[in-house]
Amino acid sequence: MECQECHQRPATLHFTQVINGDKTEVYVCEVCAKEKGYMTYPEEGYSLHHLLSGLFTSTNENQQNTARQQMSNLQCPQCEMTLSEFKRVGKFGCSQCYQTFEDYLDPIFRRVHSGNTTHHGKIPARKGGDMRIRKQVDAYRDELQRLIKNEAFEEAATVRDKIKELEKEIGGDEA
Amino acid sequence: MTLQQFMNEAISPWMREDGPDSDIVLSSRIRLARNFSQYSFPILADESDLEHISSFIREEYEHQSFQDYQEFSFIPIQKLSPVERRVLVEKHLISPHLAEQDHSSAVLISKNEQVSIMVNEEDHLRLQLYYPGFQLTKALEKVFELDDWLEEKVNYAFDEKRGYLTGCPTNVGTGMRASVMMHLPALAWTQQINRMIPAINQLGLVVRGIYGEGSEAKGNVFQISNQITLGKSEEDIVEDLQSVAGQLIEQERKARNRIMEQSAKRLEDRIYRSYGILAYSRIIESKEAASCLSDVRLGIDLGVIENVSRSILNELMVLTQPGFLQQYAKKSLAPNERDVLRASLIRERIQLEN
Ligand SMILES: [Zn+2]
Ligand SMILES: [Zn+2]
Repeated sequence: MECQECHQRPATLHFTQVINGDKTEVYVCEVCAKEKGYMTYPEEGYSLHHLLSGLFTSTNENQQNTARQQMSNLQCPQCEMTLSEFKRVGKFGCSQCYQTFEDYLDPIFRRVHSGNTTHHGKIPARKGGDMRIRKQVDAYRDELQRLIKNEAFEEAATVRDKIKELEKEIGGDEA
Repeated sequence: MTLQQFMNEAISPWMREDGPDSDIVLSSRIRLARNFSQYSFPILADESDLEHISSFIREEYEHQSFQDYQEFSFIPIQKLSPVERRVLVEKHLISPHLAEQDHSSAVLISKNEQVSIMVNEEDHLRLQLYYPGFQLTKALEKVFELDDWLEEKVNYAFDEKRGYLTGCPTNVGTGMRASVMMHLPALAWTQQINRMIPAINQLGLVVRGIYGEGSEAKGNVFQISNQITLGKSEEDIVEDLQSVAGQLIEQERKARNRIMEQSAKRLEDRIYRSYGILAYSRIIESKEAASCLSDVRLGIDLGVIENVSRSILNELMVLTQPGFLQQYAKKSLAPNERDVLRASLIRERIQLEN
């Protein structure tokens, strides 16, 4: 069968179109299907919008209703973005949105960042002062465990002292 | 203005320096997305807030210098004509997205054009730093220093759990995109690159053409960058990218050698035909120009062509873009007029060295 639009290429696709209640059968080639809008192709590249919509609609109907209710209530106090707007545009309105939509973010981040949900990188030098020290203390604690396991007690003592010193620094800041 | 002078303006000063592996890696870039904690992100912020951010940056950093990157100039995007905006995009100093903004947005550019800080793009700040050749680790070290320098005065939106908070969920965490721009003609000719891309994607890295998302690789220049920004440290991300780019360099060199061994005459023929087109054509479209330039650049790398300098690819890839052509002509040009001017500019550029 030939394509009913271009009458050149063979019709490889078959659609049932319903216009004002009337059913029509459509036989077209792939090129015409795309050009005449019988088929919608996903936008090129990565569409966050689709991803987010998928996440919200993959639940069953009951859950969907509760989700919808929560969605209509949830709004960021700083920028006034609602959860449904966030879902539609796929972007945050402000840094406060991260707390507002916190309950919904893990699955999104997991998909976008290969399963990761928490930051393991740089910490701001000035603002993250204590945080930086705490991370360093955690790293030293891991090292301490390793040294004790390997019975390198002398080195372990040095690391322990470093931890004490850093902990004093955090305590001093708070006082 | 002579073509030589015009060319000097088209090429950022840092691009004239040679870096490690610069036969294959044209440049290394790191970009950090940062936001002020007290303002909404640019898509939702009031014009007055964006104006505040813009003037804060202007007052604090214009005429300042950061290390050896020289003094910063503050350029408000709104004051630029469409052609001027386009020129900045073609030089990779601003993103296409920033060029389209009609709200208060700006860019701080260091005099040697190695550092640019976009203001009110998708995020309040996008810090971008380039190095010639393959120098990702160096670029990371330097961009961290730049970040610390800014952070002394800016209250960043940062969260212990999610890291640097950004407008788009795809940038959260480190807020970092590291990328290398690579000229891979031999891997492209032998179709090897197509087979390698899926494997590279699986490592959380993306391969794309040089003018960002969705564009095809013009002149066999590919950009490889990280996709994941959350859950991995900046150092780990850069290390992954470094090792993949290292592999590509090695494979590209092998493929070049193999082509030279197996079909030197055909390769030489192709290089000289492309040289001929560049040297003699009267009308040339940008796609053909890019592919001929890629051939000629490879010819230079392999010692087949000796009287043309290596920078020709970088120079003419920038110079023959629509924005630059129109700036050179000092008027807007229809596509067919551009093809004529492009051909004449390239001819003149090649004669400069003959
Ligand atoms: Zn058809
Ligand atoms: Zn918000």
